[in-house]
Amino acid sequence: MEQLKLFTYIAVFGSFALYFAIAWWARATTTSDFYVAGGGITPLQNGMAIGADWMSAASFISMAGLIAFLGYGGSVFLMGWTGGYVLLAMLLAPYMRKHGKFTVPEFIADRYYSKTARIVAVICLIIASLTYIIGQMKGVGVAFSRFLEVEYDNGLYIGMAVVWVYAVLGGMKGITYTQIAQYCVLIFAYTIPAVFISLELTGNPIPQLGLGSTLADGSGMYLLDKLDLVVTDLGFKEYTTDNMGGSVNMFAYTLSLMIGTAGLPHVIMRFFTVPSVKAARSSAGYALVFIALLYTVAPAVGAMARLNLMNTIEPVAGQNLEYAERPQWFKDWEKTGLLKYEDKNGDGKIQYTANKETNEMVKVDQDIMVLANPAIANLPNWVIALVAAGGIAAALSTAAGLLLAISSSVSHDLMKGVFTPDISEKNELLAGRVVMTISIMVAGYLGLNPPGFAAGTVALAFGLAASSIFPALMMGIFSKRMNSKAAIWGMCSGIGVTMLYVFQHKGIMFIQGTDFLGGLEPNWFFGISPNAFGVIGAVVNFTVAFIILQFSEDAPEEIQEMVENFRTPVGEVVAAHDH
Amino acid sequence: MENKTSYWQENLRLIFICLIIWFVVSFGLGIMFVEELNTIRLGGYKLGFWFAQQGSIYTFLGLIFWYTKKMNDLDKKYNVEEE
Repeated sequence: MEQLKLFTYIAVFGSFALYFAIAWWARATTTSDFYVAGGGITPLQNGMAIGADWMSAASFISMAGLIAFLGYGGSVFLMGWTGGYVLLAMLLAPYMRKHGKFTVPEFIADRYYSKTARIVAVICLIIASLTYIIGQMKGVGVAFSRFLEVEYDNGLYIGMAVVWVYAVLGGMKGITYTQIAQYCVLIFAYTIPAVFISLELTGNPIPQLGLGSTLADGSGMYLLDKLDLVVTDLGFKEYTTDNMGGSVNMFAYTLSLMIGTAGLPHVIMRFFTVPSVKAARSSAGYALVFIALLYTVAPAVGAMARLNLMNTIEPVAGQNLEYAERPQWFKDWEKTGLLKYEDKNGDGKIQYTANKETNEMVKVDQDIMVLANPAIANLPNWVIALVAAGGIAAALSTAAGLLLAISSSVSHDLMKGVFTPDISEKNELLAGRVVMTISIMVAGYLGLNPPGFAAGTVALAFGLAASSIFPALMMGIFSKRMNSKAAIWGMCSGIGVTMLYVFQHKGIMFIQGTDFLGGLEPNWFFGISPNAFGVIGAVVNFTVAFIILQFSEDAPEEIQEMVENFRTPVGEVVAAHDH
Repeated sequence: MENKTSYWQENLRLIFICLIIWFVVSFGLGIMFVEELNTIRLGGYKLGFWFAQQGSIYTFLGLIFWYTKKMNDLDKKYNVEEE
């Protein structure tokens, strides 16, 4: 244990020292550096930074664990969180880069020639980003408390301080370079244990192939077939076909996550940092390469973790593990309360079944799977330490990117753009940093008293972005006629409907029950879960906007000209003026 | 002006083709027709399951790079390439 602790300290503090050094080296001195890194990031670098920005604690810590227990149903996360990049590359990024502004609300203000549109966009952006960031701060807190062995509250304070230092000092320039380093840390931390485990189970070192291979135990059985057999024997649903509440729900869930991906401002902002339209297109491709490295490994991690867990508890059918002989990782996670055993039939052995009456593993928190996985598979201590550093890197990098999106929307869009247009560049920078500091404190406070947040919150953030920002941007680019009145009403009704539905089913700000993937309730709209509702909000947004457009005047001539202009890579951008 | 319009039309056509493929691999093969496809095997994978957890992601990657390449060609053709 002592060796593990030492390795963990080295991995976590070593990687921190690296991030701080980079943030200091690349600190921002101008507003352009602060928001868009001076526009001088290459597509490859940008792709990596997007990868780190994108893959939060939800992707790193939570996703494979969800897949482990959802099986095929977990595919919604895999397809949803990657398919959005296709939409970004084709529908948004190149045109928004051509228009060449710092923030998403700024683009909306120009396109819809309206300060009101800008303010509405800022509000939507803050709601979506803050919702997302609270989950991240909680992730930061949990990771720090677990690995530094301090109380959760203290873990959170340490995390807040670390995020503050490099987000506030660095701005986009610092964040971009730091995120490149974080990407490297997190992808190694994710794939190395997966390679070891795949090798151990199937003899194939490539997890993507290992998942489709036969087991190395001499049985000649395919891994997935074995897993199906093991889980169905115990009464669980078949791993490869369990479809999470039906096709309609999966369909809506996947589409919501995809559209949300393309509508989340902290990701779109990234495309303003590249030097050209061409680079904006390819950045999305490179980003997806780096994301796919983790996302194609995740299903293997999930399935193999589930199989290892099952095999540990019941090595041979009918011969269950004695509780007294449980392994060290079992004891460690019992201490956190995320793993609980109750000897219901008093035989001293562990029964893990789908039947609630006889199941003795009364709590197996899905979020522990990735962190516990290397220990379950008996991997060396340095691998376990690496996973700790990776999980923290994932949570920190996303929190920093979201903070930047919030601070720029307040200081650049609200203050400079609407309320105090005369603000100097220096004061705008200062305001950006003040807003970041306040956001960290708000997010930290809400993370300190989480009303059961985490994964459900993340899905809601996607729904909110999907229902408000994505349709406004897309209509602005693909419909020259779209006017400000229609777009504003579209955004308001889209986000309004989504929030109403979610709060209705989950309680205002989720105060009641947050069972993320709980059973379907009869009163759900076409069986669509609240987490998957963003797509309905988006449909409402589009519909309302087009109906209002029919009864109001088209966008003015100079705006239509501006749209013409950002549709082609060359030519001057026509400056718009607010009405 | 005319030039710009046909550049845009060609771009829209490309996007349309890409999005059809995008839809078919993920929502079609991965969700709607998953049961039918699952009767076919790809090594240890059931094919529908493979599309949902692996194949769709690889296709997305291919699509973006193909679109990027096609658009670069289009930029050249219409002489709207950036310096």
